[in-house]
Amino acid sequence: MTTQLASGAVGRGFGDRLILAATIALAIVMVIPMLWAVGLSLKTNQELLVDTQSVLKAPWTLINYYDILIGSGVFRWLLNSIIVSTGMSLGVLVLSSLAGYGFARLEFPGRNVIFVLVLFGLAIPEQAVILVRHQLFSDLDLHNTYAGLMLPGMSAPFGVFLMTQYFKAIPTEIDEAAMLDNASRFKIFWRVLLPMTLPAQATLGIFTFLHAWNDYWWPMVSGTNQQMYTLTVGIASTQQNFAESAGLGYLMAQAVFASLPVLIVYMFFQKYIVRAVSGAAT
Amino acid sequence: MLYVAPFLCLYVILLVYPLFGGFWLSLHKADLFGGRRFVGFENFVRLSNDQVFLGAVGNTFYFILLTVPALAIIGLGLALALNRQTRTAAVLRGVFFSSSVLSVTIVTLLWKVVYAPEGGFVANLLEVFGRPPIPFLSSAELALPAIAITTIWWCIGLPMMLFLAALQQVPRELYEAAALDNAGRWKTLWNVTLPSIRRTFALVLIIEVVLQFQLFGQAYLMTQGGPNNASRPMVLFLFEVGFTRWDVGYAVAAGQILFGFIAIAAFAQYLVARRKEAF
Repeated sequence: MTTQLASGAVGRGFGDRLILAATIALAIVMVIPMLWAVGLSLKTNQELLVDTQSVLKAPWTLINYYDILIGSGVFRWLLNSIIVSTGMSLGVLVLSSLAGYGFARLEFPGRNVIFVLVLFGLAIPEQAVILVRHQLFSDLDLHNTYAGLMLPGMSAPFGVFLMTQYFKAIPTEIDEAAMLDNASRFKIFWRVLLPMTLPAQATLGIFTFLHAWNDYWWPMVSGTNQQMYTLTVGIASTQQNFAESAGLGYLMAQAVFASLPVLIVYMFFQKYIVRAVSGAAT
Repeated sequence: MLYVAPFLCLYVILLVYPLFGGFWLSLHKADLFGGRRFVGFENFVRLSNDQVFLGAVGNTFYFILLTVPALAIIGLGLALALNRQTRTAAVLRGVFFSSSVLSVTIVTLLWKVVYAPEGGFVANLLEVFGRPPIPFLSSAELALPAIAITTIWWCIGLPMMLFLAALQQVPRELYEAAALDNAGRWKTLWNVTLPSIRRTFALVLIIEVVLQFQLFGQAYLMTQGGPNNASRPMVLFLFEVGFTRWDVGYAVAAGQILFGFIAIAAFAQYLVARRKEAF
């Protein structure tokens, strides 16, 4: 019996190492596109025109990054992305918390029917509404404004669903205890219940922020003015004239520069981001 | 009611109205300048005869076939391999999820310089072995598979994490019982692990079908649907008709069909998710 266990353990160890090796190999394949882009960004455009294999050999240069710093739309796009993503996240958090509290705690006529109708919205894909929405925003003169970029994301029902579930999970005894202290309804919501929903707020906030940051279609058709490009749209616009004007090294430097903010945030908040993204999917 | 009202207003104006406005608009011949004429179901008849649209539907299903099973199987494999407490596993999980936080425009930029026949990474690799470069994105057969590989690279993080979460939920007693029975690695996998995460497997498949159905950015930025419509998915068709040809009624009609497909998948997801209680 003991020998069996021992041999099993050895076999398991070898198998484990094999699996680990295979996984590491796959991880290397995974990072190759990123490393390749970083490598290209460290070469002059002229050198890359001749031979991209020179990436492996010195000299490397930061000239492309310098060019970005002195004259490029990237900073404006970065600013726009920060404004839009932050604004949309705050909007979603406020609206969803209010509505979630309302659906979970308040009695009003038609509450359950309305809630079910909101849930149906979870199944509506952006593609089914984007054209009419686009015309609506034209009529309201909202294109090329920050409000125009933020508002559509705030109408998504996912946050309301999440917050309603969360508020429902809080025992009503807590409200009742606060009620005995003569606290007003809003005070109960604001001072007692809302702080208890912080984990859900974090999940929802991160998910919305990431979604807004990476969204492509709506900002592309709404913020058509170059001054209103988000980072995602701006980087896409440089691809249209691929390799023509800007040069390969410069394009790659721009891509690396544009991915840095989100990758840095990812490194520090990986746990929360993973939780937010997988929580939102199911 | 006051608490719910602000969200409801936005919801009705920005989601419900566009949805029903879309139903109505799809029955019209409409253009950008507000000119519209009621045509009944003519747009849908036109769609059913439009080779480009039918091709796009075919491409979309082909793309789902290329990506969804691969995402589920690779995601499950990674989750099984990385479901442990070591530091290495944590770092590797981080690596496999990292691509998921990038935007589609970065992803396509990275992969364009991997695929480029002149000076691309793969072309360089082939040159080392004395092979000619392969024009992935300008070949009718390879364009969609190349986009599929890019997509799998981009999206692998989510299925992996969903499977990891499911693996954590498998009761320890089941493994202890299997160990007492002297069940080997494979036997444990087949008899304990996989049956326990059946529901997650179904959920991952459905979620990915819904996500990959909406393929747009990769195709738009990497191939513009070409060559010869070989990589044009439904959403790109809708985008081109609606936003570059401004044949709005026709595009909205295509959107309704897309919505129909996605609603079916969403309903399936609801059914599977609801079964949670039954287990």
